[in-house]
Amino acid sequence: MITLHANNRTIQAQEGETILSALKRAGISVPTLCHIESLLPDGACRLCVVEVEGQRGLIPSCSYPVSDGMKIQTHSPRALRARKTIVELLLANHPDDCMYCHRNDSCRLRALAAELGVQQRRFGSTPVDHKIDLSSPSIIRDPAKCILCGKCVRVCEEIQGVSAINFINRGSKTVVGTAFNEGLNVSSCVNCGQCVMICPTGALVERSQAEEIRAALADPERIAVIQHAPAVSVTLAEEFGLKPGQDVAGILNAALRRLGFKRVFDTSFSADLTIMEEASELAHRIRTGGPLPMFTSCSPAWVKFIEEFYPDFIDHVSTCKSPQQMLGAVIKNFYASRNGIDPARIYSVSVMPCLAKKFEASRPEMAPDGRPDIDAVITTRELAAMIRMQGIDFTSLEPEEADHPFGERSSAGKLFGATGGVMEAALRTAHFLLTGRELDPPKVTALRGLSGIKTATVRIGDLDVNVAVASGLANARQILDDIRSGERQLHFVEIMSCPGGCIAGGGQPYQTDPDRLRARMAALYEIDRQAPVQTSHRNEEVARLYEEFLGEPLGERSHELLHTHYHHRDVMQ
Amino acid sequence: MNDVDSILRSFPDAKRDSLIPILQAVQESQGFLSREAVVRISRHLKMPASKIYGVATFYNQFRFQAKGQYHIMLCRGTACHVKGSAKLQEIICKQLKIQPGQTTRDGFFSLEVVACIGACGLAPVISINGEFYSSMTPDKVSALLDNFKQKATSHEGN
Repeated sequence: MITLHANNRTIQAQEGETILSALKRAGISVPTLCHIESLLPDGACRLCVVEVEGQRGLIPSCSYPVSDGMKIQTHSPRALRARKTIVELLLANHPDDCMYCHRNDSCRLRALAAELGVQQRRFGSTPVDHKIDLSSPSIIRDPAKCILCGKCVRVCEEIQGVSAINFINRGSKTVVGTAFNEGLNVSSCVNCGQCVMICPTGALVERSQAEEIRAALADPERIAVIQHAPAVSVTLAEEFGLKPGQDVAGILNAALRRLGFKRVFDTSFSADLTIMEEASELAHRIRTGGPLPMFTSCSPAWVKFIEEFYPDFIDHVSTCKSPQQMLGAVIKNFYASRNGIDPARIYSVSVMPCLAKKFEASRPEMAPDGRPDIDAVITTRELAAMIRMQGIDFTSLEPEEADHPFGERSSAGKLFGATGGVMEAALRTAHFLLTGRELDPPKVTALRGLSGIKTATVRIGDLDVNVAVASGLANARQILDDIRSGERQLHFVEIMSCPGGCIAGGGQPYQTDPDRLRARMAALYEIDRQAPVQTSHRNEEVARLYEEFLGEPLGERSHELLHTHYHHRDVMQ
Repeated sequence: MNDVDSILRSFPDAKRDSLIPILQAVQESQGFLSREAVVRISRHLKMPASKIYGVATFYNQFRFQAKGQYHIMLCRGTACHVKGSAKLQEIICKQLKIQPGQTTRDGFFSLEVVACIGACGLAPVISINGEFYSSMTPDKVSALLDNFKQKATSHEGN
């Protein structure tokens, strides 16, 4: 333990930690723009500078280690002046259109300018002529608003192992862009949206379909239906100022009906359906020696990642569509025909924690006969904006149930929202399918928590099934490389693109605080603990769907509607 | 592209610190860095293409389009600057509708801006395919480009 003095208070710090981290623990907040907590300090923005007694210049607290007896002033006039000047310089060539900016209220730069008392433009410069990149189905990039903090570049490289973007050019001409400065849609970008999540300004935002959805809701010819993903109900509350980790599934159903959707379905239902297909596929592969390990396929950024970077593993990816796409397919086929509705009239929307889901819905494989299974995807954030726009008082709504026949869920389906959840759900059902008995206990503790890579061996009958779970695509890379080198012998692998799973998806309320993630995760596991039905194969609506329409898992109709295929993508990587 | 492969073979077990020598060798042989070349280099060094492009665009020496039939080097050294080379650059870019580092769509001209060509006594100076043109003025450079354009098109006509 080291003792130091910050703002004339004595605080404790650990040997080797940075000033910033010691200050944070002591409740002293120093602003940063380029710092990412889980990665090594970058020291690029200099916003975190503090005065250290005996040091001539200001010290960047994010990258300077503590030492015994250090005397620090974090908000001295000199430190504050330096910070203010930095922000003023960043604003010198920043567009003045905050009023029209997507990030308006959530912009870190704008907040800092206000905090530091920036009241006028002190430095002027000619704005550089930048093109907005509208090429991606998920992400819009406006380099004019970029402050070059480099967080998106680092997340893309160090957390996701994709490196679709980098700094290009030099000096005042520097921009963040793809190889050969082309559109994101032809780059190796997997649309995970972690860059959007971490961007402090409006330089990276989601492509919104809210306008189109409003038009469809107002069109009497169209029947708008909506589904919401397992991870949305445990994060949406944060958008309305409620504390993290509250499950508002019932209120969410009510709010979606107030928005005008004729039917509100729960994607956790089709998560159960996915488990029925996926666990059957796993059992089939184990019995027939099919390509193992099998990988999950519900994270569309991961699917694109493997199509680009590991095409030789494509056979290992489960052919199951994601829960979003499965539900989309059964809505436009089973639901439409049973209710005598022309599928062309159905406008099928999904609320997802994810930006890659927008890309997934636009894949040609997801539009058999040219008719997309899902017409529009909005994120948790976009939904909150729609609810606010329609003047719905979210906190005063009474909970309502989702609509049948796709409204019932087991808690296994709900677990899809957290890293390890799909695996846990699949193991429960695979155990039942292979042995006829339930997995006891159903909880697989080794697969829970926020670690990037988790492994377990689960005994199913007389077989030891080796499983691994990874979140964050850099971790996926490590698992794939280990499999290739023979270092890991696995049967089943779950990959979620975003670190922590869908609760940390690129479409979730802006945050990067691990405590918030833990609260969201705890909410999902609490739902599981209290649930009367904890396994997908006990979901009665799923069973009825098989009885009345699909036949059996992996059957002909399932194959046609619920499964898909993948292909190698030759992009510049 | 075989050239690129043979260049890469001469850098066996190369790490990222070999990137710049490789880029230089490829540009030397191909005249520019093509997408295909960058992809091959990226596979060889196990480095993302965006990183390679980032490094290459940091330096003025690398270009990403084939040189034109007439390659213009414009000196932006101190003496040439004082004698008005900024204006010359403006005229050339406007007349040819390209930026430094680019090649005209007809493939006739490419423009490279260099820090100092080493002929300060002739300032402001440009060189076209290695030949020097001294004491340039906006009018002179404009006429010179017209001249070369005529030469190129009549040559093409044959």
